[in-house]
Amino acid sequence: MFAVATVALLIAMVIVLIRVFRGATLYDRVLAVNAFGTITVLFIGIVGFLMERPEFLDIAMLYALINFVGTIAILKFFRYRAIGDIPRNDPEEEAAG
Amino acid sequence: MSVPEILVEGLSWGFILAGSAFLLIGAFGVLRFPDFWSRLHAVSVMDSAGVILLLIGMAIQAGPTLIAVKLLIIGLFLFITGPTATHAVANAAFVSGLRPKEGDGLRSIVDAPTPAQDGDLQAADLS
Repeated sequence: MFAVATVALLIAMVIVLIRVFRGATLYDRVLAVNAFGTITVLFIGIVGFLMERPEFLDIAMLYALINFVGTIAILKFFRYRAIGDIPRNDPEEEAAG
Repeated sequence: MSVPEILVEGLSWGFILAGSAFLLIGAFGVLRFPDFWSRLHAVSVMDSAGVILLLIGMAIQAGPTLIAVKLLIIGLFLFITGPTATHAVANAAFVSGLRPKEGDGLRSIVDAPTPAQDGDLQAADLS
C-alpha cells in the first residue's frame, strides 16, 4: 500500500518538476515549486510509514513550515527585490517585469 | 486477520489510493493546462483533496497514537498555508500584469483597455 503511494508520489513529483523547468513565467515556476514542496511533505511521511520509522513525520512538519516561508520569501523578493526591509521608492513600478 | 483489522486495512487502502490519484491528477493538470490561472486550479486540487485524503489514510493506519496527532498538526498547517501560498502567488501574478486568457481562441486580454485598467486599480488599492 505505502509502496504504491510512494511510486505515485514520485511520478507526481517528476511531472511537477517538468513544469518547474518548462514554466512559461516566473509565477508558473513558483506555483510548481510550492506544489512540489507539498508533495514532498507527503512523500516524507509516506516513506516514514514504508520504512516503519514514523519519526520522519517531524521532518515532514519542518519541511511544511520551510516550504511556506520559502514561497512567501521568493514572492516578496521578486516583487520588492529585497527580503528584509522594503525600500520605500514606488513599489508599484517595480513589479512590471 | 480479524474483522476490525480488515476494516482498518481496507479503509486506509481506499483513502491512500484516492489521495494518490488526486495528486497524480493535479500534477498532470499542472503540466498540461494552458496558462497560469488554470494551473492554479490544478494545484488547489492537489493542496486540498490529495493532502487531506493521504493524511487521513496514514492516520487510520497509525491508530490513536502520537503519530496521528502529528499527522493532524501537519494537516492543519497545510490546510491553512496551502491556500495562503496559492493566494499569494495569484496576487503577485495579478499585480505584475498577468491576465487570464478569454474568448474563443484563448486570447490574453492584456491589451484590452478597460478590464486591465480596472484590475490594475483594484490591485494597487489592495497592496
